[in-house]
Amino acid sequence: MNSANGARRVTSTVADPRFQARLRRRYASERRFQWIGRIALALGGAFLALILGTIVANGYTAWQQTFIALEIHFDPERLDPEGNGSEDALLAGDYGGLVKAALRKAFPEVRKRRERRKLQALVSPGASFYLRDMVLEDPSLVGETRTVWLPADDDVDMLFKGHIDRSAPEGSRRLSDRQLGIVDALAARGAVEKRFNRAFFLAGDSREPEISGIRGALVGSALTLLVTLLLSFPVGVGAALYLEEFAPRNRWTDLIEVNINNLAAVPSIVFGLLGLAVFLNFFGLPRSVPMVGGMVLALMTLPTIIIAGRAALASVPPSIREAALGVGASRMQTVTHHVLPLAMPGILTGTIIGMARALGETAPLLMIGMVAFIVDIPHTPFDPATVLPVQIFLWVDSPERAFVERTSAAIIVLLGFLIAMNGLAVVLRRRFERRW
Amino acid sequence: MNRIFLGAAVAAFAIAIAASVRIAHAQARDYVSIVGSSTVYPFTTVVAEQFGKSTRFRTPKIESTGSGGGLKLFCAGVGVNHPDIANSSRRIKQSEVDRCNENGVTDVIEVKVGYDGIVLANSKKTEVMEISRRDLFLALAREVPDPAGGDDLVPNPYQTWKDVNDALPDRGIVVLGPPPTSGTRDAFAELALEGGCKTFDFIEAMKKKDKRAYKAICHSIREDGAYVEAGENDNLIVQKLEADPGAFGVFGFSFLDQNVDKLQGSMVDGVAPEFEAIAAGDYPVSRPLYFYVKKAHVGQIPGIEGYLAEFTSDKAWGDDGYLTDKGLIPMPEEERMQFAADVKNLTPLELATE
Repeated sequence: MNSANGARRVTSTVADPRFQARLRRRYASERRFQWIGRIALALGGAFLALILGTIVANGYTAWQQTFIALEIHFDPERLDPEGNGSEDALLAGDYGGLVKAALRKAFPEVRKRRERRKLQALVSPGASFYLRDMVLEDPSLVGETRTVWLPADDDVDMLFKGHIDRSAPEGSRRLSDRQLGIVDALAARGAVEKRFNRAFFLAGDSREPEISGIRGALVGSALTLLVTLLLSFPVGVGAALYLEEFAPRNRWTDLIEVNINNLAAVPSIVFGLLGLAVFLNFFGLPRSVPMVGGMVLALMTLPTIIIAGRAALASVPPSIREAALGVGASRMQTVTHHVLPLAMPGILTGTIIGMARALGETAPLLMIGMVAFIVDIPHTPFDPATVLPVQIFLWVDSPERAFVERTSAAIIVLLGFLIAMNGLAVVLRRRFERRW
Repeated sequence: MNRIFLGAAVAAFAIAIAASVRIAHAQARDYVSIVGSSTVYPFTTVVAEQFGKSTRFRTPKIESTGSGGGLKLFCAGVGVNHPDIANSSRRIKQSEVDRCNENGVTDVIEVKVGYDGIVLANSKKTEVMEISRRDLFLALAREVPDPAGGDDLVPNPYQTWKDVNDALPDRGIVVLGPPPTSGTRDAFAELALEGGCKTFDFIEAMKKKDKRAYKAICHSIREDGAYVEAGENDNLIVQKLEADPGAFGVFGFSFLDQNVDKLQGSMVDGVAPEFEAIAAGDYPVSRPLYFYVKKAHVGQIPGIEGYLAEFTSDKAWGDDGYLTDKGLIPMPEEERMQFAADVKNLTPLELATE
């Protein structure tokens, strides 16, 4: 009887149209929320695909560079007029003259001075350095004649990559009709070829897009990050250990904790200003060097490492510490033999993420002069250097159109490094982290 | 794990010690340090690269800090921690010379590099505009003389180019240009707007009476949306002009030169912004570019003399030099000879110039 009554009451509630309406509303609101979530995800994915798609579409052509084959006669008259074969003489040789002579020989019909200038403009101004390096490497070339593939000028490169409209009137393209004719003649002879762009990975910065590369910036980034790591990792881990394992809990340590949390959220340019005031103006360290850049980025990364380190240490269960102390280990032994090794995967993950952030940073480096045009590849942390994101920033601002694709290519390299670093953090966490 | 940790700590300590040793020795710098204007930067970098690659000296380091920022660093003192050369897209000011003197930077060599034209350009999809500086002033100034007549100033009422002058196209005034921090903007205001502003007699008369009010009228650009501050990135302005054929952009000649297939320069006072016209001084909106050398550093920092010789050589800044390929407008030959001689003899700038 009772149960039948109850059942009737339930059915009557379920049958109640007001209940049904409420239920429908609740289901609808859940569905709405799910759809909003899906739309947000789809939008996010679409924007990501758009950004990555644009960067890759703009940048992939930079892996290749147009080269022109020229019959170069390594004329001893031009390279080593004294005939002594010394390195100094070879360094000072007129290599531009070799390119001019080769072009003149290939196109004897071009006579007028103005036209000859236009003819020479088809080969990169960097070609002479290319030839010089060849001769310095192998001085026996002097006097020989070789077919050499030389980088084409950026305008020619853009033409072959389809960025210059041939059908436009002559006044509104960077290459004249005559130059187009010459380039086509060269192509017909099989003397124009797109080859892998080695210079992009092996050269330093340059104002000629066709011979510019990211090696200087890559080495600069590596040196800067090395300094950052060596400074911030030991100090950060030490600070986390002391605060978590040894320090008493009182108002002072609370204050320090709040400050560290706040420092992690301070805009990076503030650290740049601090570096300018302390390292450059007070200590008198040189401008534009990875040492100072690394020190500034270390300041920025420290809070991240300390916070990640403390979280990792706190997640080691107290039973481990108690067991170690129970068998007679000192507090230092407990920490270094048991707690720290168990917390290490978490600390390393935090460190790598902090490093990845430091790798992408430009603003603090602006303050200490690392936003600069630097051609030479740095070798020590005291050589002037720049870093990858700064290189991208500088190229975006350059008027030559060929820098557009190089900017995107440099972004691809930077993204590659960031993904690799974050991937490493994920692997470390998956492989070594212990769950309790 | 313990060992690794200790090792890292020791390495960090070693680096710190190495750093302090370097400071103690006030290490000799073996490369030239250059700071300054972003307008001169494209030219300086080409010379520096050429110099670094063709000699045994290291390539000079160039920071683009803007003219004011560069001269501030330059005048901060003598010694390896201070730059050797400052680029500037305007002449050094008396106040900056005073600051230099205060900090012991007394002998400064002034070198004029050449000229840079500032262009008003639009997309090739629309027609070339012919405009006078007077019309430019009327279109872009914050306050203009009352169109109804009289010597009163009213907030700029013009909405379309046609409102300004019947000969101009019937399109809304949209000009994308650099922000107030830019030297290009200063030069544009001084050369183009002030040039048009002066053509009103009552404003011209004000110049003698109240120079500050005169400048405020002639150099103020309207803020009601007709002039859009598009940031320091000139490439961005080029892209926006392509997307919006009705808009105009203000930037340096080298950007027009690199984008001749997309953009066309407006004729100002009947002269098109072309290489020859700017070089001859016919195009009214062009300005000289400079750099300043610290004499005390010549002979101390290796490579300064060589760099200066490269810059002042005919193959660099001459009529057919490689700088002209990058958009620099060369000086007449006598002027070049004179500055080259100044550089060779290290003749310091006469400081009380104005």
